[in-house]
Amino acid sequence: MIANYGYKDGSGEYYISIDTDKCIDCAAERACLKACPQQMFEIITDDYDDEVAWVRKEKTRALAYDCAECKPAGGYTSLPCTTACTPGAIKHSW
Amino acid sequence: MNAEVAAATAAPEKKEFWRWQENTWYDETKNWKDAKIITCGIDVGSVSSQAVLVCDGELYGYNSMRTGNNSPDSAKNALQGIMDKIGMKLEDINYVVGTGYGRVNVPFAHKAITEIACHARGANYMGGNKVRTILDMGGQDCKAIHCDDKGKVTNFLMNDKCAAGTGRGMEVISDLMQIPIAELGPRSFDVETEPEAVSSICVVFAKSEALGLLKAGYTKNMVIAAYCQAMAERVVSLLERIGVEEGFFITGGIAKNPGVVKRIERLLGIKQLETKIDSQIAGALGAALFGYTLMQKQAAK
Repeated sequence: MIANYGYKDGSGEYYISIDTDKCIDCAAERACLKACPQQMFEIITDDYDDEVAWVRKEKTRALAYDCAECKPAGGYTSLPCTTACTPGAIKHSW
Repeated sequence: MNAEVAAATAAPEKKEFWRWQENTWYDETKNWKDAKIITCGIDVGSVSSQAVLVCDGELYGYNSMRTGNNSPDSAKNALQGIMDKIGMKLEDINYVVGTGYGRVNVPFAHKAITEIACHARGANYMGGNKVRTILDMGGQDCKAIHCDDKGKVTNFLMNDKCAAGTGRGMEVISDLMQIPIAELGPRSFDVETEPEAVSSICVVFAKSEALGLLKAGYTKNMVIAAYCQAMAERVVSLLERIGVEEGFFITGGIAKNPGVVKRIERLLGIKQLETKIDSQIAGALGAALFGYTLMQKQAAK
């Protein structure tokens, strides 16, 4: 399942997509949890009883701001979350 | 002050144009007492609450009403509304699943499941196993969902940051135009030429823009048409993010508004699958069906 967390507003589209099929048996030992400086991710049991990562509910409406420090303007050349997620489950739309 | 003076000086009762029709239904051809497994789905949304009863995996009855001051009472009232009609008690129900915004606050629920999974499951029942793309236009959020032939979610996206493209947005326009909400859809087609969509995607700004259009000489029907078009464009852009597959189905209150639905169909170039079941109960129906599956699994152990 592809789970898209985020929003679209007048300034643009801000979504973090998580491919939960790649996330169930995480080969990166849930590295995304520690990699994100904003502690954006959390492991939950989804509606189909699979343990997967999701973006914390309280963070989904402020992605443009919370993720800003990890973008190129913050000095990063690659996103810590997508780099840590070696199975390639996490993607940013912007 | 005597009664006549009080009546003469009282403020006139404010008509609530936004108030949509609450309803209760049950299948009079069946008797719930004949069912082996009775499950219930309670969808406590930000605007409306529904209780759906499923007997042996088939829809039996439902009650749909406006959400009250708190989730537990809304859940109780929604269920009580249908139970009173059919002489059922809570003890007669084998399993209750809560869903929607207030799903964790349904006091008598055995399990809570997200509205995304429940809408997919409900749409699969209502529209059949050809349903692949679901647009749920809820009271204060909007969801685009892909599912497989069993109603299992394969891709979803939810926008709950703003009220644009939601039922609440339509209620605001209904009140502003002073036209009953059920009439907005049909009236949006009663225009000589289709106006451009209101440009703002924000309900607050759209409201100001609608007032500006009235001042500029637009008829009420033209303003409604412009708003319906804006809402359609808004949700179509949401759908395009995950893509639209054949087998398109709309759930939620806005599915009852032909002014928005037909414009969405026009923009997408596809027709939605038809159903005779109230689009607003999809989430609660899906929850009740999840409950039925869980009961079957328990029985098989």
